[in-house]
Amino acid sequence: MQRRRRADIAYATTAHGALGIWSLLIIVPFLWTVMSSLKSSSEILASPLAPPTTWRFDNYVRAWTTAGIGEFFFNTILVVGSALVIVMLLGAMCAYVLARFSFPGNRVIYYAMLISMSFPIFLAIVPLFFTLQNLGLLNTLPGLTVTYVAFALPFTVFFLYAFFESLPHDVYEAAKIDGAGEWRAFFSVMLPMAAPGMASVAILNFIGLWNQFMLPIVLNTKKENWVLTQGMSAFASSTGRSVDYGAMFAAVVMTIIPVLIVYIIFQRRLEGSVSQGTFR
Amino acid sequence: MTTSHTTVGRPRPRAADRRRTIRVQRATFIVAFLVLPVTVFVVFIASPFLQAFYYSLTDWRGFSQDMNFVGLANFTSMFGDPVFLAALRNSLLLCLVLPTAVLAAAFLIAFTVTAGGPSVGHVRGLRGGGFYRIITFFPYTIPAIVVGLIWAQVYDPTRGLLNSVLTGLGFTEFASFAWLGDADTAMAASMFVIFWALVGFYVVLFIAAIKGIPGETYEAARLDGAGRARTAWSITLPQILASIQSSYVYLGLMVIDSFGFMMVLNPQGGPAYSTLTLTQYLYMTAFTKGQFGDATAMGVFLALVILIYSGIIFGIFRLLGGDRRRGAGA
Repeated sequence: MQRRRRADIAYATTAHGALGIWSLLIIVPFLWTVMSSLKSSSEILASPLAPPTTWRFDNYVRAWTTAGIGEFFFNTILVVGSALVIVMLLGAMCAYVLARFSFPGNRVIYYAMLISMSFPIFLAIVPLFFTLQNLGLLNTLPGLTVTYVAFALPFTVFFLYAFFESLPHDVYEAAKIDGAGEWRAFFSVMLPMAAPGMASVAILNFIGLWNQFMLPIVLNTKKENWVLTQGMSAFASSTGRSVDYGAMFAAVVMTIIPVLIVYIIFQRRLEGSVSQGTFR
Repeated sequence: MTTSHTTVGRPRPRAADRRRTIRVQRATFIVAFLVLPVTVFVVFIASPFLQAFYYSLTDWRGFSQDMNFVGLANFTSMFGDPVFLAALRNSLLLCLVLPTAVLAAAFLIAFTVTAGGPSVGHVRGLRGGGFYRIITFFPYTIPAIVVGLIWAQVYDPTRGLLNSVLTGLGFTEFASFAWLGDADTAMAASMFVIFWALVGFYVVLFIAAIKGIPGETYEAARLDGAGRARTAWSITLPQILASIQSSYVYLGLMVIDSFGFMMVLNPQGGPAYSTLTLTQYLYMTAFTKGQFGDATAMGVFLALVILIYSGIIFGIFRLLGGDRRRGAGA
């Protein structure tokens, strides 16, 4: 017993030590970024570890207006928000029909979507560029939105398919006997019942689309239409002495703060959605 | 005459009518629900993928619609291109090292947090494990670009966090060491950043899988005298093998297009192309050089690499699973 307890303490100490160092490796770069965001460029260049002499909140103002972070933020919310609403609706409709009705072509659609998930987006990117160009949607926000919808669709369908399949049949039967048509049965009965699954897949889609970089960098090159990730990468490619380091750190902090708040509030739910969406 | 009250002789045709209207209703419903999603899927996903296979066999440069069928020429010239070979080597290195490192670390953390607690009483996690779980997952929610931007600053030779701390600790040789500018360290430094960003997702995934294992299994193992290492290896690992397998495949897909990270950390592909990945080179070939035929050929090749990778992973896990079952039966 005594020996066991001593082994427990040794193990717990080692584990806490290793995990503590790991936590520091995550927290310290963030804190350093926040600290740097309040310094002037010359202070950052002179002494990277020293705290700011005066707190320069004007870095944030410059990042928001001059570097265009505000505008990119707005574009991102617009594109990701509308893509999310559309893909959840289309995905739910498609998954519902595929999961609960049998008709010719059912399996073909389902497997085509499943297979497309294992292809790299990069394979499609060049033809996609010209598809959007031919439709007049290249470099437009609606064009980007519809592409986001398309690339989030197979995963959404795949995930919700399993969900709709598992919903009990008797509730649907009861609705039908009460005189509900197919439309009403879907929108008033089945869709509300699928809400937990919808929430999970919406969270995963949100993270995926918010973090998307490759699609916008190819399909959305006009600067006034840029999304946040494009604005941030512009900081990385503008090297040299002229870089406004204070504004850059401020921009990083501004993109992280909303995510941090959302993460802390929805942390449980987010992790629940990860464990449900095992395939992604 | 025939009012709705008279039931004699009516039910038959009525029921048939009703059944037909229901069938028509159902068919319109199915079509209405599928038309938009399927159109979006066909136009923006299926057709670009299929077109890619055709374009990869042409010398298309994208500026006009004229292109010549060149067969496999793009593929043969690809393998004569030293930059492509460097990119291929780097991508394979990423695929070999990162998924293994990420999943091994995620497994260790997940096990410690769920079953690494005291060895008396109920099997439970390390005290305060929830804190580590929350901290570890957070980087996953931040865009790859922003993660890359933070670390590019941390790694900066003179005004970066890393070298300042190292110099402060007395390692003066790191006063201006360029982690991302040195061909020997650029790849390892970049890999660490991707590891840092991704590991939390798999920790949470594995915690969920481990929580699905019945507690009695652990209690029984403990009664039989199994320690922590033994429990992790012989109980937890085999039970969550399916999760590990799908994570391996998905992580391989993710790592192979670690485009966002690499574009920020090393926009030009690193010193002497030491961090250039296939996806980065594909992007450059298409959108800076305008060689769309060559670029789609790389895309096709990339799809093939991923297919082979998934095949190998499934093969390995089938062998592992098979061995265990035989071992258990004997």
